[in-house]
Amino acid sequence: MEIIFFYLVALVAVVSGILVVRCQSPVNSALGLVNTFFCLSIFYVMLHAPFMAAIQVMVYAGAIMVLILFVIMLLNLGAEARQRYTKGIVWSSLASLLVLVNVIYFIKRGRVTGAEGDITAFTVESFGHTELIGKAMLTEFLLPFEIASIVLLVAIIGAVVLAKREV
Amino acid sequence: MISVYHYMTVAAILFALGTYGVLTRRNAIVIYMCIELMLNSVNLTFIALSSHLQSMDGQVFVVFIMAVAGAEAAVGLALMITFYRNRDSIDVGEMNLLKM
Repeated sequence: MEIIFFYLVALVAVVSGILVVRCQSPVNSALGLVNTFFCLSIFYVMLHAPFMAAIQVMVYAGAIMVLILFVIMLLNLGAEARQRYTKGIVWSSLASLLVLVNVIYFIKRGRVTGAEGDITAFTVESFGHTELIGKAMLTEFLLPFEIASIVLLVAIIGAVVLAKREV
Repeated sequence: MISVYHYMTVAAILFALGTYGVLTRRNAIVIYMCIELMLNSVNLTFIALSSHLQSMDGQVFVVFIMAVAGAEAAVGLALMITFYRNRDSIDVGEMNLLKM
């Protein structure tokens, strides 16, 4: 039963991904991307990571996609001109097919080893996923945490400087 | 039984779709959306493997990927607005100053 649900969500995610890359209007692509984010959030819940699912919806679908839609509406873009079957499409579909075959080959051949940590699904449900991520991020990953805040600060300053009218 | 290979295959398909979109499209914002699709497929791989190996490291890394993706969204879209202000289009075919 669970595997039928998994295949359904995977199908919706892949079809939304196809909509992202194939729609001519950027707003349709943005809506397909939002749908893909929601499907990935469902996957995170199935993988016993509910905090990541909530953060995915809040950050990606809630903040980044809203920013993209604001910029699309600000620039008042129309649909892009339909491109004939140029050499570009043939070579890029060949390249992406090569990437897919490569990755699937390594997935099939690889031997993902068994469990080595101790954060089981039971631990996640009893302690709370937020506490476990917070504990890991503030003890073992403290330096990347601080550096990420500096990265966000620099990004804010950079975005303001880039988009100003007069420097 | 859903194994970790199922999730990684879905992530691989989304990554290949993102690659196709980045190489094919001419609108800079749609190219950026396909890059976000690729980043999200990597997020799915990290969380699937972190759940399979019963460790927290993959999920913490996903938090950092999301932070950097947010920063990249702000700076990249500001860049596109600046380019539109100068050239009145964001067609990447017109960003050809480096061509000989």
